[in-house]
Amino acid sequence: MLEVDIEHLLGAFALDIHFVSGTGLTALFGRSGAGKTSVVNAIAGLIRPERGRICVDGAVLLDSERGIFVPAHRRRIGYVFQEGRLFPHLTVRQNLLFGRWFAPRSEMAAGFDDVVDLLGIGSLLARRPARLSGGEKQRVAIGRALLANPRLLLMDEPLASLDAARKDEILPYLERLRDRASVPIVYVSHAAAEVARLATTIVLIAEGSVRAVGPVAEVMGQAGLYPLAGGFEAGAVLTVSVASHDARWGLTELAGSFGHLIVPRLDLAIGSPLRVRIRARDVILALARPAEISALNVLAGQIEALAPIADGALEVQLRLGSERLLARVTRRSGQALGLQPGRHVFAVIKTVAIDRRSLGRDGESADFDQEIEVFDG
Amino acid sequence: MFHLSADEIEAVRLSLRVAFWAMLWSLPFGLAAALVLARARFWGKSLLDGAIHLPLVMPPVVTGYILLLLFGRNGPLGRFFEDDLGIVFAFRWTGAALAAAVTAFPLMVRAMRLSLEAVDRRLEEAAGTLGARRVFVFLLVTLPLMMPGIIAGMVLSFARSLGEFGATITFVSNIPGETQTLPLAIYTLTQTPGGDPAALRLTAVAVVLSMLALLASEMLARQIGRRLAGD
Repeated sequence: MLEVDIEHLLGAFALDIHFVSGTGLTALFGRSGAGKTSVVNAIAGLIRPERGRICVDGAVLLDSERGIFVPAHRRRIGYVFQEGRLFPHLTVRQNLLFGRWFAPRSEMAAGFDDVVDLLGIGSLLARRPARLSGGEKQRVAIGRALLANPRLLLMDEPLASLDAARKDEILPYLERLRDRASVPIVYVSHAAAEVARLATTIVLIAEGSVRAVGPVAEVMGQAGLYPLAGGFEAGAVLTVSVASHDARWGLTELAGSFGHLIVPRLDLAIGSPLRVRIRARDVILALARPAEISALNVLAGQIEALAPIADGALEVQLRLGSERLLARVTRRSGQALGLQPGRHVFAVIKTVAIDRRSLGRDGESADFDQEIEVFDG
Repeated sequence: MFHLSADEIEAVRLSLRVAFWAMLWSLPFGLAAALVLARARFWGKSLLDGAIHLPLVMPPVVTGYILLLLFGRNGPLGRFFEDDLGIVFAFRWTGAALAAAVTAFPLMVRAMRLSLEAVDRRLEEAAGTLGARRVFVFLLVTLPLMMPGIIAGMVLSFARSLGEFGATITFVSNIPGETQTLPLAIYTLTQTPGGDPAALRLTAVAVVLSMLALLASEMLARQIGRRLAGD
């Protein structure tokens, strides 16, 4: 368990961060310059906050009142930097083993072969970093941090410097890491889609302070966060599993607490757990169940909250079973339909609006090594 | 035609010995000075910087005379070295090595300092998060990354030491077989009637030695560069 409670003056604004997070992947989410990197730097011991306390699994790393400041090299906190920061004079193997020389011998948890296998870097071991692609570099950097046997793994926008194809290459590895490795992860990102796919818990940070903390589905499904986190594509996250395939029409039916969701065909076994991100602007609201429309998904729900946002738009937070869904409509429509909390509505979602980037693994499943593939044809 | 006499060979060997030891002994001090100048922050740093660079701008004769005052038989440091460590500099080849080391020191420090400043400190930070203490960060990350500068500094120091003249002749005089290095031997030959052919031979040797030192450093630097490029 990670407990962070720090105050630190950071140039233009004051950092004032309090949160507690557990296992899995905790995403520090917010716009660039919100202070996210300073938080992970404080956890790693690279900066010393003026006041506060940081605790990992009961070990106190910082306590300004008691004058405790454990130096970075004794914290056993793995750090995957945005730019990889591999040692250019060492081979991939030597980079991976660097932390081993310093880790306590009695606590060798992660095996070299396991980590190499998990990250798919077995063929790169003899190379030097200059001969690796951006995605390969980041995978090696993750392996290097893991093999130092950390109590906690920090990742500061590890995908930010990569193009879309490289991001897609690494995301499955990060999902595996989250579900298989026993190390809790703190992941800094300003990309909503990435966070929706990876996070167990979200800590939303704006202008140096925490604005929301909670499970990913709850925070992502909350109306009105969009202006706080700044410019991200709002969208809720639904937890589902594969229910059936429809080979004739190239579709897959997913089951969740809210009913069923039909998406383009997925090449996954029945029962595979998934999370689906539904962008708020892809959701249409109707007061009555619409008939004779092309959209395949019509889900019944109840309005929980409304939040007016910029550009004459309205964010509507719906309750669907045990899940939250977010819809973005115009204020004019909101007025015309008389949308208000407590009202029962129908959410209409086009199947084709859900693409491969909207889907992520959720928890371990039998066919884990299979890639998620959406068939367009 | 090209046959060196025993005296000439002795001068060449002495020069190589003086230059080698001058380079080797200044290595740890040069590294320390480069570290302090590149990384440390303290009052009077520019004064230290100036003192280290002084031999570069002062007339070598002045450097030699100061060395004579300090490290001569009756100089305060000379007496300390002789009584407590058993090392005598005055009119010995060790004195020639000291003079060479001091005059070449700024060149060595400069090359090392530049390469140290070029080392990405974020890599050192990364090594820290992997559990490495500062001394290990230095040995495993900083030192290997500044290796091209260390080699350049060593070669510059060696080459400068081979050519040292003014400080040497002032400090330890011009004694054949003890302090008469290559440049001093050439100077003596040019002052001697009929010494020109011998002076020319030694000049050729000096050119070849300097060239070899440069080529060796170039080769080493290229090898390191290739390794960093991933081969």
